[in-house]
Amino acid sequence: MRGVFPVIAELFLSGIVVWLAGAAASLALWRQPATARRVACGAALAGSLLDFAASSAALFSANPVFIGLPFGNPAFTCAVRLDPLSAFFSVTLAALASAVSLYSFGYLRCMEGRRNLGAFGFFFNLLLLSVALVFTASNAFFFLVAWEVMALVAYCLVSFEHEKKKARDAGVLFLIMSHAGTGLLLIAFLVLASACGSLDFSSFHLLASRLTPVQQGTVFLLFFFGFGVKAGVVPLHIWVPDAHPVSPSNVSALMSGIVLKTGIYGMARVFFDFYGTPPIWMGTVVLALGVASALLGVLYALMEHDLKRLLAWHSIENIGIILIGFGAALMFRALGQANLAALALIAGLYHTFNHAMFKGLLFMGAGSVVEATHTRNMEKMGGLIRRMPVTALCFLVGAVAISGLPPLNGFVSEWLTYQALLAGFGTTQSLTRLMFPIAGSLLALTAALAAACFVKAFAIPFLALPRSPEAADAREASFTMRAGMTTLAVGCIALGLGATWFVPVFDPITQQTLGVRSSSALVIAHGWALSPGRPHGGTISLAGMALFFLVAGAAFALPLALRWRRRTVRGPAWDCGLPGLTADNEYTATAFSKPLRMIFSALYRPRREIQAEYEVSPYYPSSIRFESEIEHPFEQRLYNPLRDRIMAAANRMKGIQAGSINLYLAYIFITLILLLLFGVRG
Amino acid sequence: MENAAQFFLLLMLSPLVTGVIRTLKARLQTRRGPGILQLYRDLQKLFSKGMVIPETASWIFTVTPWIVFFSTILAGLMIPMVAAEAPLGLFGGVLAVIYLLGLGRFFLALSGMDTGSSFGGLGSSREMTISALAEPAMMLAIFTVAIGAGSTGLTEIAGTAIGQSWRFLAPSQMFAFAALSLVLIAETGRIPVDNPDTHLELTMIHEAMILEYSGPYLALLEWAASIKQLVLMTLLINCFWPFGLQPTWFGFGAVEGICWLLGKLLLLSCAIVLLETVNAKMRLFRVPELLAVAFTLGSLALISTFLF
Repeated sequence: MRGVFPVIAELFLSGIVVWLAGAAASLALWRQPATARRVACGAALAGSLLDFAASSAALFSANPVFIGLPFGNPAFTCAVRLDPLSAFFSVTLAALASAVSLYSFGYLRCMEGRRNLGAFGFFFNLLLLSVALVFTASNAFFFLVAWEVMALVAYCLVSFEHEKKKARDAGVLFLIMSHAGTGLLLIAFLVLASACGSLDFSSFHLLASRLTPVQQGTVFLLFFFGFGVKAGVVPLHIWVPDAHPVSPSNVSALMSGIVLKTGIYGMARVFFDFYGTPPIWMGTVVLALGVASALLGVLYALMEHDLKRLLAWHSIENIGIILIGFGAALMFRALGQANLAALALIAGLYHTFNHAMFKGLLFMGAGSVVEATHTRNMEKMGGLIRRMPVTALCFLVGAVAISGLPPLNGFVSEWLTYQALLAGFGTTQSLTRLMFPIAGSLLALTAALAAACFVKAFAIPFLALPRSPEAADAREASFTMRAGMTTLAVGCIALGLGATWFVPVFDPITQQTLGVRSSSALVIAHGWALSPGRPHGGTISLAGMALFFLVAGAAFALPLALRWRRRTVRGPAWDCGLPGLTADNEYTATAFSKPLRMIFSALYRPRREIQAEYEVSPYYPSSIRFESEIEHPFEQRLYNPLRDRIMAAANRMKGIQAGSINLYLAYIFITLILLLLFGVRG
Repeated sequence: MENAAQFFLLLMLSPLVTGVIRTLKARLQTRRGPGILQLYRDLQKLFSKGMVIPETASWIFTVTPWIVFFSTILAGLMIPMVAAEAPLGLFGGVLAVIYLLGLGRFFLALSGMDTGSSFGGLGSSREMTISALAEPAMMLAIFTVAIGAGSTGLTEIAGTAIGQSWRFLAPSQMFAFAALSLVLIAETGRIPVDNPDTHLELTMIHEAMILEYSGPYLALLEWAASIKQLVLMTLLINCFWPFGLQPTWFGFGAVEGICWLLGKLLLLSCAIVLLETVNAKMRLFRVPELLAVAFTLGSLALISTFLF
């Protein structure tokens, strides 16, 4: 505990204390909603900024920062350790949470008087606190405690609008899935703890690779699926598209931006800290499920017209892209390619940070839109770019970033992923190497479909004519909401243009996990360009591209546009001779995704129903009813039968619960005798 | 300097390539055609005209032509045209080229939706669908080429190809070439995927998105489309037939390099014209089959890199 350590520890602890105090104070002030709102958001913001300072300093400190917390008992200690991996995820949390807290100042105002903002502030601060502790817990016990608190608090926030049945159902589904995952994690941690006799993460370091192959594989799968539930990996994703849309939008931004990342953090911790050189099949499993999540996530997003559900499906897609990076890194590790593993890990972690930025931004944008139009259905929006210019611009930045288009941040991480996959082909002679280019081509498909989806997600709500009176009367979001969105939009731009400055952040992490520092190989041309870490491997320079656009825009576009402006008149769009275009003539979101619905009909199995009513002639219908629906195979084929089985089994077991106290005493007695017998014999 | 030269070449040469393709096609259909300089005249006329912008359109509509135009130019500066070294090779390689063209397409699709007319939405929807389906095949072909060169930089890819001049006859290269050619047809909106000469509601894709543009902005978009075609054609020919690429842009070599480029472009144009003339436009929902063929060819290319 020398030098800069105490400062970091104090900053971190004061962040924790501020969050705790914010939670307690806003609960105490629940009768004064306006004060409760200010206190809750202020504490969340202050705590996030303190956490940001602490964890960004910890990321670059030479040794991990260890902080013992003043509670717990000797057997189960409560302590946090800020090593580079923890610090990185903590920075991600803090960056997102500060923008979301700023946004919440304005966003929660509309709930004043209608909802208990004291309770909301309590859960909101506790969520930030528990996520921060999940990222930094130094032993399995404390980790699981924080993990459970996080799940419970997130449940309360998902079901916050509890008078709606959908919110309650989504909350319960989340809780069940989350606990199933926690059960798997518990077993896995117990196996590890029994192997080394300690619960501390530092004693798990490289431990998993010393187990027998069967144990190794079991532990790996338990961890992967346990964390995969929280991350939303296909086929464990079913709670994500239900839970994200029903919660208030600032919570959705946190859920999608950072709560899903706790699963990713767990995987990173297990895969790269607990395992030394994992067998190659583990990497292939992660890579394959990553590709499946990415592709299925975007395909279902395309069919969605609920703006927030669409974004939730995209979270599954982006988790898939992160896992492609992780899977490739695991495979490279198995093949003994530490430098390539570092490249792939950087790609995955970079995308983790990026996704927190743009998905937080998009959910906040969606929140502003939903608040202004009182609907989540895109088909009832339209023309909002005129009514809500700042929200529209921020949403556009997020849409371009998530589609992976240059010169924003999404492109950098996708480019790094492609480079890792490309280099992977030469690392082995076995047929496994075909996985890399196939993953690459499916990633390309995913990215292109995401672009298509975000053309829809931006164009339908924001462009052309309003499709409903509410959209026509929409009002721009309040100042703090715009400030929160702008912060993340600037973040997306900075992480794209400043990619070469951001890459060295990963050096401590790759040093810790893989023993290599690669930023000096990745950043070339005096910090202007990124390379895949080998000479003549190809480069990109997003700052260069942006410079080109700026120079070209200033030199040609601006003067010419101003000159042409004098020759411009406004006129109606071509209406085929009809009496004027109305919003009914506009292309709808359903129509936009129709070609893809037909092309992928084998997957979607779309069902549609059209009923037309007419009085005189079938050519002049008086009203038309159109219904269209697609199938969600995982729910219908996998989870529904599973749920029915469980319910049937529970029904059969109901018989032993007769309600008579004598019977229960008999059960206790029998159990006691059995245990005694067991104790005597063993 | 190389930048300026290639910038100028992209701007000036692209309408000529479009004109040559149109004229050749007309001749093959025993028509006279409008003459190979027609696109220059069209552009000149459009730039001197006024504009009508739909009342429903927002600022997206007015920034789109610029973004499309400049992203296409930037992509064009990242490929080797005359000299073996791409002028802006540092800014990005083949992946950046594809994603920059994707940026232009993203905004073009947005502006199609911005007008509020059904045609725009129709065009945007189809364009995004087809380009998405073309992507996996393209990426497989690019992986094949990039694995051979060990790089995604186009300077390195062309350099590898120069080192082994007859390599394009290798099975993997032939398959990759075929896959990329099909993707090129889809991306540039040519028969059998889209017909650049039609304004028939039911069939148009690219034209539907730009239906509401007029005057200088229409000129910018037409020019950008023409540059995009030149960029993709040059990408194809210089990755696979790097003959005549010069060590530098300077001196007498540049003239020789430009002659080689023109010759290769003419050859490819003839192939495109032949393909357009003997094929009919496909029904929209047959296009995925064509792209599936491209994907199969791309996979074959990849597999043949280590089989042969």
